[in-house]
Amino acid sequence: MRGITKRFPGVLANDQVDFEALPGEVHALLGENGAGKSTLSNILTGLYRPDEGEMLLYGKPATFHAPRDAIDAGVGMVHQHFRLAASFTVAENLVLGHRDAADRGLLLEPRVVEGRIAELSRRYRMPVNPRARIWQLSVGEQQRVEILKVLYRGARILILDEPTSQLTPQEADDLFQTLRLMAAEQRTIIFISHKLEEVMAVSNRVTVLRRGKVIGTVMTGDTNTGELARMMVGRDVVFTQKKQGPAQAERQVALELRQVSATGDLGTPALHNVNLTVHAGEIVGVAGVAGNGQHELAEVVTGMRRRTSGQVIVTGRPARGSNPLEAIRRGIAYVPDDRLGTGVAPSLSVAENLVLKAFRRPPISTQGFLHPRRIRANAVELMRRFNIAASSPQTPARQLSGGNIQKVLLARELSSHPRVLVACSPTSGLDVGATDTVRGLLLEAARDGVGILLISEDLDEILALADRIAVLYGGRITGIVERQHAEVEQLGLMMAGAATK
Amino acid sequence: MIRIERRLTESRWLVAAVPAGSLVAAAILSGLILLVTGHDPVATWSRLLDRGFFAPGAMSATLVTATPLLLTGLAAAAAFRMQTWNIGAEGQLYLGAVGASGIGIALRDQSPFLVIPAMILAGIVTGAAWAAIPGVLRAYTRTNEIITSLMLNYVAGLLMSYLIFDSHSYWRDLSTFTARVFPQGKYLPDAASWPNFPLGGIAIPLGFVLGMIAAAVLWVIYTATRFGFEARVIGDSRAAAHYAGIRTRRKIVAVMALSGALAGIGGASEIGDFRHVLDPRGLQQASFGYAGIVVAALARLNPFAVIVVAILLGGLSNAGFSLQGATFPAGLVGTLQGLILFCALAGELLVHYRIRFARRAGAAPPAPVPARAEIA
Repeated sequence: MRGITKRFPGVLANDQVDFEALPGEVHALLGENGAGKSTLSNILTGLYRPDEGEMLLYGKPATFHAPRDAIDAGVGMVHQHFRLAASFTVAENLVLGHRDAADRGLLLEPRVVEGRIAELSRRYRMPVNPRARIWQLSVGEQQRVEILKVLYRGARILILDEPTSQLTPQEADDLFQTLRLMAAEQRTIIFISHKLEEVMAVSNRVTVLRRGKVIGTVMTGDTNTGELARMMVGRDVVFTQKKQGPAQAERQVALELRQVSATGDLGTPALHNVNLTVHAGEIVGVAGVAGNGQHELAEVVTGMRRRTSGQVIVTGRPARGSNPLEAIRRGIAYVPDDRLGTGVAPSLSVAENLVLKAFRRPPISTQGFLHPRRIRANAVELMRRFNIAASSPQTPARQLSGGNIQKVLLARELSSHPRVLVACSPTSGLDVGATDTVRGLLLEAARDGVGILLISEDLDEILALADRIAVLYGGRITGIVERQHAEVEQLGLMMAGAATK
Repeated sequence: MIRIERRLTESRWLVAAVPAGSLVAAAILSGLILLVTGHDPVATWSRLLDRGFFAPGAMSATLVTATPLLLTGLAAAAAFRMQTWNIGAEGQLYLGAVGASGIGIALRDQSPFLVIPAMILAGIVTGAAWAAIPGVLRAYTRTNEIITSLMLNYVAGLLMSYLIFDSHSYWRDLSTFTARVFPQGKYLPDAASWPNFPLGGIAIPLGFVLGMIAAAVLWVIYTATRFGFEARVIGDSRAAAHYAGIRTRRKIVAVMALSGALAGIGGASEIGDFRHVLDPRGLQQASFGYAGIVVAALARLNPFAVIVVAILLGGLSNAGFSLQGATFPAGLVGTLQGLILFCALAGELLVHYRIRFARRAGAAPPAPVPARAEIA
């Protein structure tokens, strides 16, 4: 790709980007959110067309008018969020929307397809049952299906967008194996990520993007994480780390769960007799692979989901019912993982979102009437204190960047002086700078005596922040360890369901 | 290839320019049709404006037609703002008319100061109760309110017909022989006739005044109260509302009832201001409830804009009646009205979307920004 430029209203997403990847290499595309990685890959896969610049495939100029053209040219993309039909089988998903699949007219020939899948999955060591239905598969298996789908369509160039974001450390290692096998066959792998360790582990070369521009391309062997981080952010970064744990015994219990059980959205059991204690000023990390009850745990504590049994006790008083309003009144703050749909009302203004919970009480409202001037003053104050970059308090929340939305959420939740804060994946999808800010705010809240339940799939984050780490697997707490004694391998095994001791 | 894409930003300039452009487009299109059918466009338009708004008495008549449109328009706007799709203003208006006429007949010998407020209240209560049915179903059983509220319109229509044509109900006039053979409703006493407020030669019906007050109240509710704030959060994101501890279900029922109450006042005003009798056929032919949806859409759910749009549509509809004649068939009137509405609604689309013409293959086609461009 030469001199690729792509503009969106008000944003220069790609600015004269030159990028090349060779057959047989794993080429990492590294950059913060908003650096232009996704735009570049969307151009490469025919979703967008560049405003300027040209693209050459194996030396020949190529113009893609639609994603279909890119697929025909052998460019395939594995998206971060899988695009699979959940009620269909693996084999059906592979031929879905594929024009000249192994079909005759309208009839599928399942055996031919299954045979090819079996062959592909043997070759790349990606075991998967072609007859299984997607919803029966784990996240790691679903990702294999996504990769197989791209291979099945004959891709020579594979683009993987943040492929490890939902995998356990072990699953990620397996994936890296597969990628190396594919590279050995002279395929080109473009690996998009903002995780430095991964990039160091899997790639041959790294191209770093910052604010739509290429900062440089380096051989992975000639560099280190520190240099890559500098290139990515443009300055030295050291993530905020927890200094020391609080003296637990002296602190009072902020949150206690006793034998809590709950069901998931489909009515199946999601939490089994969970016991957990969070002290004031303590950060308890809950690790686990997505879909093992984390979401339900957060919702049960915050009253958004009914529990089928057990008690949720805040500063000694058990909750009577389970509804969000009661939880808010009891001082349970919540930063949900679905920031834009749940954590804020996207079309409402920043100012309105900052009073999303406080609007019921004076001074924001009295006798049922709101006080616009106080809402505005509250917004101005919080935007200053939490450094929220929005053009005005009236800006709709959805126009903010992910980091600023998260700051709006934290500003609102922390300014309510909670006793307990439940934070779900608080930095997922945020860039390095915003991640650091958010982590700093969590640590500060803990210092002020808030008991924090940090639920995250990012093990590094939990290791950086938590005093104690609980692992959730299949809706059960499979173990709780002090951070000082925690080992990544052991946590990884616990996350994958291997019994401890 | 023609593509329709959502605009990323809606400029203020367009919001003003597009309605003007729509008007010009409507003028050109209707002018062509008038020329083809052998009418003088300019003369027709000036007659239209004259009969709708400027001739003596025209404005007063227009306000009578605009009153139910104003109230059903507000009813639709109140619900739509929360993304609750109450399509049932039609039936809620019928029920308001049933309630108000019933009370008007019952309080036969009372003073207007008692009868008229009682009628208004009856309209509010019956309209709200009727709208609460799809509201409760929506909130507690997740039934689609579009379908239930629409179906209840037919039920309400049949109920009115039953009261007058198919039963010896309290509403039916059975005092004379002809009335027994040719069914009709009991006329309301004079005390139940709503007053007009003259203003510079224009008589403003009480119902219209109530509508203007309701518009102001609705605006205050949605901009300055806790109730309106909660409704807006629910309208924007149910998940965020649940998260913020808002009791979504109660709110849905309450907003549906508010919407129905507004339509119910519309029904009461039809009785008090205009018909003075429960008239199932007349009310069903008028279809004010459905027209209210158009009014709300054209007004972009802004209560004050609903007032303006209701007057414009009321005038257009009245002028249509007086244009009809031997040389000017009713079908042509309908065509003209339809064209104006069509252009207005099509223009509304242009405020939100843009149309791009792009060649599929070509040397250097302008790169289309995809709909909802994701800024990475």
